[in-house]
Amino acid sequence: MNTAILERQAASGGIARRSALILAALAAVAALALFGGARYGFMLAIGLGFGIALEGLRFGFAGPWRAMIVRREPAGILAQLLAIALVSIVAIPAISSHPGELTGAQAPIGFAMVGGAFVFGAAMQVVMGCGSGTLVNAGSGNPIGLLALPFFAIGSFFGAYGLIWWTNLGALPILTLRGTSGLAVTLVLLGLVAATVFFLGKRGSRSLPRRYIIAALVLAALAIANLLVAGQPWGVVYGLGLWVAKGVNGMGFDLTQSAFYAAPGSITRVKESLLTDYTSLTDIGLIAGAFGVAAWRQGGLSQKLPSYPARAWAATIIAGFLLGYSSRLAFGCNVGAFFSGISTGSLHGWVWFAAAFAGAYLGIWLRPRLGLEARA
Amino acid sequence: MTRKATAFTALAALLLLIGADLIGAPLNPYQAPPAFAFGSGQVASGGFCGALPN
Repeated sequence: MNTAILERQAASGGIARRSALILAALAAVAALALFGGARYGFMLAIGLGFGIALEGLRFGFAGPWRAMIVRREPAGILAQLLAIALVSIVAIPAISSHPGELTGAQAPIGFAMVGGAFVFGAAMQVVMGCGSGTLVNAGSGNPIGLLALPFFAIGSFFGAYGLIWWTNLGALPILTLRGTSGLAVTLVLLGLVAATVFFLGKRGSRSLPRRYIIAALVLAALAIANLLVAGQPWGVVYGLGLWVAKGVNGMGFDLTQSAFYAAPGSITRVKESLLTDYTSLTDIGLIAGAFGVAAWRQGGLSQKLPSYPARAWAATIIAGFLLGYSSRLAFGCNVGAFFSGISTGSLHGWVWFAAAFAGAYLGIWLRPRLGLEARA
Repeated sequence: MTRKATAFTALAALLLLIGADLIGAPLNPYQAPPAFAFGSGQVASGGFCGALPN
């Protein structure tokens, strides 16, 4: 009898908690649309969608790369490639037919870009969190993600601060695959990579689980919505650096010593509300959406925090900073460069993928040596 | 300690950031762009990690 009452109370408590989460999300989106503008409300909703999808479907970028390298399990990477292909089918023709209104994640290939991608690939395996993953991990209560995030943002700020100097070390012109032929080349390249990953994968682990297919479809739909609403593809790192830049500017420091922050567009964005910056909005949505999923799950927030040695926390701080710094040099993280770069036809996305994947081997080797395999 | 503490810390930090920013840079709905960039006729001008500054 008592057990039945307790179960009923727990169920009603769960319903109340979940109703409150839905209401809070709807109220936040509606308030921003009303007081800021419909586009910003849509972008927050899209960001919440990213966070809910990534945490709810337990999908990401760092984990699947590790699964392929360590256990030769290709399903996660195949799902990533599927999502990128689906976005490219819409994005590349749309950008070609609406130049100006829509822009891709197009950036130059250069020495600093390649080096940055390699370092990012290593650092994301150290903390087991990429650009989107670190935000999702922080929102869902992962202590490593929570500690890495502020240093990720600080690194992003300093990376942007010196970006022009790094890019001047040597870079090619921006190389882009455009129109129908560009889309065809992108799809063929994605198919070749998928086939390579498939055949290198272990037998019995090559098929895509339903969860990954749903994740790929949802991520693709949200990424396309991001492009059509904001006029630019899904990104993560710019917003984090902007948060720190606003703080630094607010404390009275002169940002115009940096060629990046002295640019008129940067000055405007530092002064405007971060709720009008598209990457900030999707970043906020990623954290809040992941929090919502963790709070929604029965017992999602009641897991005991794992124990790590001091060197693991120190490594997290350093890797977090490197994630931010290197991703600015690399013109994006796994989202801005790999996912959005390739899906909008930028060749730097492909170079980023190769360099970051090579860096992932180093990160996987480093992770246990830095004490980041949890004790309990 | 459980994930409840860390998850709420992340959320609280996020709300603090937004609150502090709104004090310094309030929103103005009268300067809002069209709801969709696609079909708006306006040039995209948002900040992005893959773009060099203008």
